[in-house]
Amino acid sequence: MDLTLRIWRQPDAESDGDFHVYAVKGISSDMSFLEMLDVLNEQLIESGEEPVEFDSDCREGICGTCGLVINGVPHGPERATATCQLHMRKFSDGETITVEPWRATAFPVQRDLVVERSPLDRIIEAGGYITAPTGAAPDANEIPVPKEAADAAMDAAACIGCGACVAACPNGAAQLFTAAKIAHLNLLPQGQAERYRRTEAMVDTMEEFFGSCTNHGECEEACPKEISIDFIAMMNRDYIRSKFKNRKRLGQKKVG
Amino acid sequence: MTLNSKVPSGPIEDKWETHKFEMKLVAPHNKRRFTIIVVGTGLAGAAAAASLGELGYNVEVFTYHDSPRRAHSIAAQGGINAAKNYKNDGDSVRRLFYDTVKGGDYRSREANVHRLAEVSVDIIDQCVAQGVPFAREYGGLLDNRSFGGAQVSRTFYARGQTGQQLLLGAYQALARQIAAGTCRLHNKSEMLDVVVKDGRAVGIVCRDLLTGEISRHTGHAVVLATGGYSNAFYLSTNAMYCNVTAAWRAHRRGALFANPCFTQIHPTCIPASDEFQSKLTLMSESLRNDGRIWVPKDPDDTRPPDQIPEADRDYYLERRYPAFGNLVPRDVASRAAKREVDNGHGVGPLENGVYLDFSNAISRLGRSAIEEKYGNLFEMYERITDENPYSVPMRIYPAPHYTMGGLWVDYNLMTTVPGLYAAGEANFSDHGANRLGASALMQGLADGYFVLPYTIGDYLAEHLGESLVPTNDPAFDDVESDVIGRVARLVGNKRGTRSPDHYHRRLGKILWDNCGMERSREGLGKALAEIPALHDEFRRDVRILGSDDGLNSSLEKAGRIDDFFQLASLMCRDALDREESCGGHFRVEHQTEDGEALRDDENFSYVAAWEWTGEGAEPALHKEPLVFENVELAQRSYK
Ligand SMILES: Cc1cc2nc3c(=O)[nH]c(=O)nc-3n(C[C@H](O)[C@H](O)[C@H](O)COP(=O)(O)OP(=O)(O)OC[C@H]3O[C@@H](n4cnc5c(N)ncnc54)[C@H](O)[C@@H]3O)c2cc1C
Repeated sequence: MDLTLRIWRQPDAESDGDFHVYAVKGISSDMSFLEMLDVLNEQLIESGEEPVEFDSDCREGICGTCGLVINGVPHGPERATATCQLHMRKFSDGETITVEPWRATAFPVQRDLVVERSPLDRIIEAGGYITAPTGAAPDANEIPVPKEAADAAMDAAACIGCGACVAACPNGAAQLFTAAKIAHLNLLPQGQAERYRRTEAMVDTMEEFFGSCTNHGECEEACPKEISIDFIAMMNRDYIRSKFKNRKRLGQKKVG
Repeated sequence: MTLNSKVPSGPIEDKWETHKFEMKLVAPHNKRRFTIIVVGTGLAGAAAAASLGELGYNVEVFTYHDSPRRAHSIAAQGGINAAKNYKNDGDSVRRLFYDTVKGGDYRSREANVHRLAEVSVDIIDQCVAQGVPFAREYGGLLDNRSFGGAQVSRTFYARGQTGQQLLLGAYQALARQIAAGTCRLHNKSEMLDVVVKDGRAVGIVCRDLLTGEISRHTGHAVVLATGGYSNAFYLSTNAMYCNVTAAWRAHRRGALFANPCFTQIHPTCIPASDEFQSKLTLMSESLRNDGRIWVPKDPDDTRPPDQIPEADRDYYLERRYPAFGNLVPRDVASRAAKREVDNGHGVGPLENGVYLDFSNAISRLGRSAIEEKYGNLFEMYERITDENPYSVPMRIYPAPHYTMGGLWVDYNLMTTVPGLYAAGEANFSDHGANRLGASALMQGLADGYFVLPYTIGDYLAEHLGESLVPTNDPAFDDVESDVIGRVARLVGNKRGTRSPDHYHRRLGKILWDNCGMERSREGLGKALAEIPALHDEFRRDVRILGSDDGLNSSLEKAGRIDDFFQLASLMCRDALDREESCGGHFRVEHQTEDGEALRDDENFSYVAAWEWTGEGAEPALHKEPLVFENVELAQRSYK
């Protein structure tokens, strides 16, 4: 297939960017979207033009490194699919495709299609862990975890941290990312001791960097792992509780 | 140079305990006086950094990724082994030890493997405490499966995303230490060289991938947890950025490189679809538990698979290996697939695959049971190939996947450069000539959580009170100017015409053809002539546009490919030297009558550790003899 690409080019974080138009020919429909960009880059290099910078590593939809806004949609037209897992058979011959980086205040563009996403790491550092010093753990089967709880925690833990939820949100909010991590840990018995401290610290840190959530639900639509916005409701509930729960008594009652 | 493996004496069951007791300790209040550099944040690096930080050391952590969570470990699918014996099926530390030594075709160090099996149980405890959501049974206890031909169920898993969940656990532990101030993260920072002063590792030199800035970092010890080198083959299942630069640069500074030719070709990957293929996708080995592998008996059979009757199918693994069938180890399964395809039985548009068929399992267990087990893998397969594996058999073919070879380390995981350690896939340690499924994650975490935190202390204790080598020391000046020179040569070559990928693809083809699943004296000789010639052409002709003072992925790639060239020669050199077949190393000259690997224990029961002797010079071979006191050497048989 032959395609026209409108690609965002920006020399560095400080400069302005604009769209450049490129033609690519003879693309096979079995190619992945990123392989199509590889072909473009080889062409550019051979013609003496600097290749388009984009980030991608595993190309299996799990590392969360890649992420392009394709025709206005984070990760492009296929549902539940990261950019690297998108194939050209989802496009048609002769089409014009617009490719942009994530657009969010918290994710400044570094060059062309590459953005900086480290505020997501700051949220995890604020409390997205269970304190379990190496070597101090009890036998793994000592605390049974109901299968349903383990499965729900896994649903949340499937988040790949790509930031598509933020890019899709009109406010640039990171609620879905934060809620997924909080839910993963708060759903497990091992996560109870730090549950409210964790929720409070992560939400507060999130708010330092990101916009606020106004329940558009675009984040869920864009998520390549189909993380549910129900987790946001859980996070909000735990956040409110964190404000009045008497943590001195957490050890007595059944939590949750 | 004599290689001292520092394996403690005494019965194998007691070695690690004794060693832990005998190693020197650094007192709690003295730990913060030491700075440790950890390069890499995969399972090995993140686990090591978090554990060392927790102990109170100052840890400087480096990764070229934007976040520690993106390390290639994230992509591991199938699971992690541990000798928990939760299934009461006869597993034990001894059995895991035995299986690993045998699976590695008797080319690993017994004591290391035994320690690995011992700490495997602690890893699972540790991960569960961190909140890793392993699969569970309805009773709430952990589920296990049998994996990669093991005859016990000892593999723990988190759907098809085990590596992801384990890495997130380690990353979160690291994040906790970053918040606590014991670990400092340098992301988007690529280590380009090691600084060695008076024979000891004292620091590293890095390039900031966003600004191009070259920086110096000093430490009392340096840990490389920088992953494997399968991407030397260009097409592999590894992530695109995986490379050998950190290990190779350490090699050039004095660290011996062990068994470079021991590479693993994974049997179940999706075959390449065209020449623009950028990487190959692994389909988890767990699929072989329920899928049956076959090819049409008649090479000219062009019927779609569902129209080929049973009588016209050759389930070649079941036929050749009745005891293990589709579950033979990876090296055996891969070679068998190659043989079928080479003999014209390949299937698919390019005739480059074999079928992995689930129709029996679906009719026996029901579609929903298969969906529950493999749903995400089937989906991934369909996304890539546009074929639905519930109705059409998958097509699979082997692909480079894992490298058993790596930096030589002693029992303490120290390389031949004092103060320089290697952990995870970057070292050569535990898997011999072939790694068993679900054992890499185990090894990475064992090294990071349970070995390095002790063994580094033993080294540091001797250097108490020594201040850090200042970064303006001449040792740093020299290394930095080397690094700057290399970068400048690459970007300065304005006459180049072809992209870095162009050369990488060509290098990969030479390696795959001559140092892949089968190796021959003739092929290796040819490769050893072709690789340096192509390397020269690369250096003359690679085109890197743009500058070195900002993000420039062509420059990054070119530097990595430059190192792959030299490594590739060493891989071939090592493969040529090893006149036997073992595990993933199959020399056509050395096979049994029915085409199985033929070891030569008398002459090759050693670790081949290569020393860098300079640009263009022949590397020097050092041998670490392997002594087997606990496992009897035998011809592996899976019949
Ligand atoms: C598709 C796939 C599936 C797999 N499935 C399984 C499985 O089911 N079970 C199993 O046991 N094993 C599996 N493996 C193997 C296993 O995943 C790896 O061997 C293991 O994760 C390697 O971990 P590591 O910590 O050694 O290195 P990696 O995870 O590769 O991490 C390397 C780190 O080093 C950093 N780095 C490298 N070089 C530099 C440099 N020069 N400067 C700065 N930073 C650098 C990187 O940024 C990264 O953080 C699988 C492998 C693949 C490819």
